[in-house]
Amino acid sequence: MIRHVAKGFSRVAALAGVFGLASGAALAQGEVKSPTLDAVKKRGEVICGVDTGIPGYAYQDSAGKWQGLDVSLCRAVAAAIFGDPEKVKYIGTTSKVRFSVLQSGEIDFLVRDSELTLTRDSALGLVEITPNFYTGQTIMVRKSLNVAHAKELNGATICLLTGTTLETNIADFNRANNIKIGTLLFERPEEAFAAAEAGRCDGYTDDGGSVAAARSAMKKPDDWVFLPETLSRQPLGPHTRQGDDRWTDIVKWSHFAMLEAEELGITKANVDEIKKSSTDPQVRKFLGLEGDLGKGLGLTNDFAYNIVKAEGNYGEVYEATFGSKGLGLPRGLNNLYRNGGLMYPYSWY
Amino acid sequence: MTLQAPAVAPPGGSFEGLTSQLPRAMEWLRRNLFSSFSNTLLTLLVLALFVLVVPPFFNWAVTDATISGDSRAACTGSGACWTFIKLRLHTFLWGHYPDSELWRVGAAALLLVGFSIPVMRDTVRHRGIYLLLLLTVFPLIAAILLAGGVLGLPEVDTSEWGGLMLDVIISFVTVAGALPLGILLALGRRSQLDVVKYLSIAFIELWRSVPLLTVLFMSAVMLPLFLPHGVSIDRLIRAMVAFTLFNAAYMAETVRGGLQGVPVGQEEAAVSLGLGFWRVQGFVVLPQALRIVVPGIVNNIVDLFKDTSLVTIISLVDLLGAVEQALKDPAWLGLAKEGYIFTAALFFVCCFAMSSYGRRFERRLNRHRTGTT
Amino acid sequence: MVRRPSRRAKAAQWLLLAAVLAVAYVIISDAADNLARRNLRFGFGFLADRANFDIPFHLVSWVEADTYGRALLVSLLNTLLVSAMGIVTATLLGLVVGIMRLSVNWLMRNVALGFIEFVRNTPQLVQIIFWYFAVLQTLPPPRGSITIPGGFLLNIRGLYVPGAVMRPGSELLSLLAVTLLVATPFMWRLRLGEVLVGAKALVLPLLAIGLLAGGTERIEFPALKGFNIAGGTQIPPELVALWAGLSIYASAFIAEIVRSAIEAVPKGQHEAAHSMGLRRAPVLFLIVLPQAIRIMVPQLTSQYLNIIKSSTLGAAVAYPEIFQIFAGTVMQQANKEVETIIVVMAVFLTINLLASAFMNWYNERVALVER
Repeated sequence: MIRHVAKGFSRVAALAGVFGLASGAALAQGEVKSPTLDAVKKRGEVICGVDTGIPGYAYQDSAGKWQGLDVSLCRAVAAAIFGDPEKVKYIGTTSKVRFSVLQSGEIDFLVRDSELTLTRDSALGLVEITPNFYTGQTIMVRKSLNVAHAKELNGATICLLTGTTLETNIADFNRANNIKIGTLLFERPEEAFAAAEAGRCDGYTDDGGSVAAARSAMKKPDDWVFLPETLSRQPLGPHTRQGDDRWTDIVKWSHFAMLEAEELGITKANVDEIKKSSTDPQVRKFLGLEGDLGKGLGLTNDFAYNIVKAEGNYGEVYEATFGSKGLGLPRGLNNLYRNGGLMYPYSWY
Repeated sequence: MTLQAPAVAPPGGSFEGLTSQLPRAMEWLRRNLFSSFSNTLLTLLVLALFVLVVPPFFNWAVTDATISGDSRAACTGSGACWTFIKLRLHTFLWGHYPDSELWRVGAAALLLVGFSIPVMRDTVRHRGIYLLLLLTVFPLIAAILLAGGVLGLPEVDTSEWGGLMLDVIISFVTVAGALPLGILLALGRRSQLDVVKYLSIAFIELWRSVPLLTVLFMSAVMLPLFLPHGVSIDRLIRAMVAFTLFNAAYMAETVRGGLQGVPVGQEEAAVSLGLGFWRVQGFVVLPQALRIVVPGIVNNIVDLFKDTSLVTIISLVDLLGAVEQALKDPAWLGLAKEGYIFTAALFFVCCFAMSSYGRRFERRLNRHRTGTT
Repeated sequence: MVRRPSRRAKAAQWLLLAAVLAVAYVIISDAADNLARRNLRFGFGFLADRANFDIPFHLVSWVEADTYGRALLVSLLNTLLVSAMGIVTATLLGLVVGIMRLSVNWLMRNVALGFIEFVRNTPQLVQIIFWYFAVLQTLPPPRGSITIPGGFLLNIRGLYVPGAVMRPGSELLSLLAVTLLVATPFMWRLRLGEVLVGAKALVLPLLAIGLLAGGTERIEFPALKGFNIAGGTQIPPELVALWAGLSIYASAFIAEIVRSAIEAVPKGQHEAAHSMGLRRAPVLFLIVLPQAIRIMVPQLTSQYLNIIKSSTLGAAVAYPEIFQIFAGTVMQQANKEVETIIVVMAVFLTINLLASAFMNWYNERVALVER
């Protein structure tokens, strides 16, 4: 405990020092400094804000180990900086407090199935980096209700989480279709799941990934169906604080590294093999064998290699979390562009 | 009144003793359960209620229950599935504290017992000193033990703390902080210095009038706003600060009740001896006042211990939080009853032990007082 | 008092005040700085903005197009409703259990003791969650509703009671009826000239019932329609769970208050009444309790305040009270963390101040009567 206070203070001192020095000396050298990266390096771990626990995105398994798509981005960033994906401290955040803990500096970045919206970008002073999961607000109902479309839910009650964009989306849907779908708001997912399971509500709504997670948490997942309508687009992705562009870049390119690896056909299993044998200049630059791509970010040149070695490519992560080895959600929009999806990484040069 | 039979059986044969016991038992039953028509009716009503409630519950909780096995499949009976509790007991008690370091939790618990015993036993002299040790030296040792990072102990991050251990830690830190602060506030509220008095009143009434939930929520969301940019404090410590401030106000009111119970003559006598304010309070008034309010303080502690279950709302995983997380596991759905009954039972054991101690102390205090006057 | 404070102490207290103000200044300037960094502007103008979300349970009308300000009113009323219900049942239950504690019947006494001990020594949040998730959520779905004679239906969505459909334009009538009901206890104590009104005041509630009956068009019975039960009035399980949790928890404390207050009434009072030939029950209700109530009021008030404060735990079972709706949904939708918390705290502070004002008034009055 005491150490943490001390740590807090030392971080202030470090930050103050960094601000003072960075503004003068570093700029003169033409090099951009990142107070967050410096603090992370000094601390020896990345503090990553994730969901309190929802399968697919981020949850603790029975051994207490964090798993999920969002978690893998935390691990990728740690691997990029330290070469060790374990150097992460996870902070579970509820939907209500997630942005305050980011703004206050309690976490280094937030990757918590959070929608990228205009208000959050402008009014909250956050940077929305890039979507790491494309989905849309989906409604799940019991099969036995024999409902095929969301519009048929007039008079029904839907369970959902408070402090999200979901409530207003339902209100808008009601208004647009002149129907009345009632809502019941819960503080935490486990309570909302339990209420839906017990039959307190006719259905459950959230982004597509979370609804798949909810279905997996039902006693008989096959008793539940997804309605075909998407109430709103939900591009979900990581957030950072404004004012530290270098740090934002590191998070952004850690995500792109996983996409690029899939594009190049590099996996967790074959990365060492490829590193040894490949003559493809693109691959060699990506893995840090040529060029100075990592240095430009303030990292080592082999940061992408470290990420792939630790977490594999985006496709592998997806398979393990939402795909066939996880919640069984088709890849859909989250496929690479060449397979009909939206994942289109920036160029790696 | 009916005459009581002698309490000790007369010497010379157990048979005689038994025959004299039986009528006495009958007499007790008659007097306590069947003294009148309405009384008999009430007795039968309560017994009927027992018959309706107890056997089904007993069957569910014991006879038909399962505790063996290590998966959901083991729970085939119609009763409770205690297997679930058994398998998750680790997280319920200490969260995700690493297995290899668990001895540190055990050591801290043993130390807590060791430090508490002299404070609780009334045969020990200078209990005040032991109380001071418990509130200052012990927390230091416990913090080093549990958090580590020094003396070669590997660091265990507070995010890995959880379960019942977290409830106990929060309660303890809160008592250690809130008791001294509460005493100061209670003295402040009785002060003749207007500024001190009204500041104390404002502080006490402000905290007492808002729900703990909003205070906790403030610690999670608003406290970071009040700190200079870039400073951040561990969320567990923030929760502890919130608990301490909140409970200090309640402690203050309890202590104030004790201060009012000390005869004015005591203070006057001490002042006339030429003692200064702090000496009068510290050596004459407070020792007497605190003795009177021990039962009240124990009640406060029981209340705040129960309240620690609210930290689940700010996503700290205490006992209740650990149980709720486990209930969400797809492999163990539908075991809400088992989970919550276990939680309630564990809290009950801890709280009941504390309140029993408080009541025993109160009885002794009353005996003592009536004995001297 | 004992001693006048020294001049040094008097000077020192101003230093204390200065220190407190300095801390307050630092906190406020930090907050202003942090808000500016986050691009947030402090202000309460958002109360007039359109809310655009649904509140599932409301006493006054609520549509999604209403403002955040109205959401505050709706959720505050929900808080007050569950608190009022909790206060009434907790008092009744506490009275019963407290009297049971003093029963001559050994079994009764100890059942009451067991109840009190168990309830007081387990967390209230656990109790509320238990009622909601472990008890109420095991009820059947709407299609398998349990029918209770008298037109009541019970299922997992709540308890449905027959409701009166009022004639259009009868709001004024209802308002008048409520006013009459509220006025009854005051009329009871009113003196007209030298005569106490007393039981004649019971005309008022009768009149109110008459008014309500007159304004009723028809009685509607709940029945299954579509996904849910339609018709009648729904008491949602969230309300029931919170209500049960608040009442049962507080009743254990109230029972102890009742017991000690009854024990504090001088023995001579019982004995005198018994010697006049009164039986146990009349002695208790006519002689002892009225005197005990005077002793109980301060402690009861603090229990009632506890009930109101604890109603915020409803957030855990999706009951739309002020904490969940205003310090939750509104806070998120409007991005107003500081303002919403301030409003919620101010509401509870006001309730508390009103209660202490009442207490002072009551104490003075009781003191006067005793003289």
